[in-house]
Amino acid sequence: MKALRVVGTIAVSVFRESVRDKVLYNLVFFALLLISASYLIGQLTAGQDVKIIKDLGLAAMLLFGLFIAVFIGIGLVSKEVERRSIYSLLAKPIRRHEFIAGKYAGLVLTLAVNVAVMAVALYLVLACMAVTEPAAVRAAWEAPAVDPAMLEAILLIFVELMLVTALALFFSTFSSPILSASFTVGLVIAGQFDSDLKHFRAIVHSRVVADLTRALYYVLPNMAAFDVKAQVVHGLPVTAGYLAVTTAYGVSYVAAVVLAAMVIFARRDFR
Amino acid sequence: MASTLPKEIRAGTAIGLTLAALLFATSVSLQVVRDRDFPAPPVRDEMLYIRSGAVMRRLTLSFNMIAADIYWIRALQEYGGTKLSPQADKRYPLLYPLLNITTSLDPRFDLAYRFGAIFLAESYPNGPGRPDEAIALLEKGLKVQPDKWQYMQDIGFVYYWWRHDYPKAAAWFSRASRVPGAPWFLRSLAANTLAAGGNRTASRLMWEQIYDTAGSEWLRKDAAWRLQQLNALDQIARLQAGADAFHGRHDAWPDGWMAMVRDRALPGIPVDPAGTPYDLNPATGRVTLSRRSSLWPLPTEPAPRGGPER
Repeated sequence: MKALRVVGTIAVSVFRESVRDKVLYNLVFFALLLISASYLIGQLTAGQDVKIIKDLGLAAMLLFGLFIAVFIGIGLVSKEVERRSIYSLLAKPIRRHEFIAGKYAGLVLTLAVNVAVMAVALYLVLACMAVTEPAAVRAAWEAPAVDPAMLEAILLIFVELMLVTALALFFSTFSSPILSASFTVGLVIAGQFDSDLKHFRAIVHSRVVADLTRALYYVLPNMAAFDVKAQVVHGLPVTAGYLAVTTAYGVSYVAAVVLAAMVIFARRDFR
Repeated sequence: MASTLPKEIRAGTAIGLTLAALLFATSVSLQVVRDRDFPAPPVRDEMLYIRSGAVMRRLTLSFNMIAADIYWIRALQEYGGTKLSPQADKRYPLLYPLLNITTSLDPRFDLAYRFGAIFLAESYPNGPGRPDEAIALLEKGLKVQPDKWQYMQDIGFVYYWWRHDYPKAAAWFSRASRVPGAPWFLRSLAANTLAAGGNRTASRLMWEQIYDTAGSEWLRKDAAWRLQQLNALDQIARLQAGADAFHGRHDAWPDGWMAMVRDRALPGIPVDPAGTPYDLNPATGRVTLSRRSSLWPLPTEPAPRGGPER
């Protein structure tokens, strides 16, 4: 219980710091982007405005979230070390793994608030568009404007952001901010091509290379698996089983990475 | 807060802000003067750095849907901008590559396929006149959604209207009609095309179906425009018959519409469905659509098959 209280306190302080750092200002930009796009896009897209607002909203949700996860995630530990506040923190009755867990939970809380507010803004804009469109136009849509199925894509975006945050935090426990950002962004990009590694066997003759790429396929985070935006926007079903397995995959990967970060941070010498 | 600052700093801030505003206003004015006095020659951006949809799909990571939307808007601008431009040499070199990339990034972008079918096949100067590219794009869509009867109908339409290949058109309409859930009219369209391809009734039926299933105001407007053109062709045929009859009675062509009105052959000057009077050549007696009409140029109708009726 005490450990949970400590983690909670650190998490809340990370959230407060992000609010102080005006991180949540991106929500204003997101809302402005959606509202102005919903007004302008109708003139440019030959009747595809609802599809494009959904694409834009989900893509912006992911992009803004990635920026927050990477650029704040890499500073979670290194900033404390640079400011030398880590010494006073560790002098308190806080265990090192609690510190890491709290830092992680705090940034995930920031991302959760961010994603939730963006989701509400996206639904509001889509609801306005649905109300103003005539019934004949609405009938031509592949999926309703205010579609609960979009929550499936939003859930997986959030799990993906949790994973990216964990990676950024992991690298920040032993590396400089610039290197941590490079490693994290590199893994996010490599994770998009992860499924290619699975099929490498078909184009290479060397068994060693084939086995190595196969191993990499399982080790690297499969970021592409979290992308169901296309299915949701086109009104195609995403099964509950897929959602459950992919969420569980993300959560277990996050747990492994955060645990590794705790181990590294516990062994780190700050003298 | 500001009132606690020293007087010199407050005065300096006010002067700085005023100067910045003045300089900004100057730059805006200079921009206006430059645009007025040294207008840049119209430049058409015909550059597409990456033409491969597969490469673009890789480059856009998990943002391929929003990238597809951006390419879709570019395709619309390429088509609309070229069609409406005053230049004589209208070309649409990027239309197919843009639609190809759009549909590679979002393989279920229905409107991009259907838009391609209509506008890629459109003959010059209203389009690039590439029915082959229209068919290729639709066949690409069928690989993703093999049961999409609308794409099969559109391929049949391209064969019918632009290629005048009625057996192939009928085969595609028939294939579309066999897809579960496809509408009944495809069966009769297939039979009608095979029996009497080029028949204006069949053409009208096709455009009416496109109008009803367009799912986009753009396509619907284009179909409505085509239907007006078909109505104009009907009216021209009737007016031509009237002019021929006038010639039979008077052994001379009417010198204008008023001659036929005075002859009680017409109630007034005939106008096309867009509201522009038809042209009547007094030397030859030929009735044609005015070049000033928004319906000009009328389509070259498919050659009739199995009968003289057009």
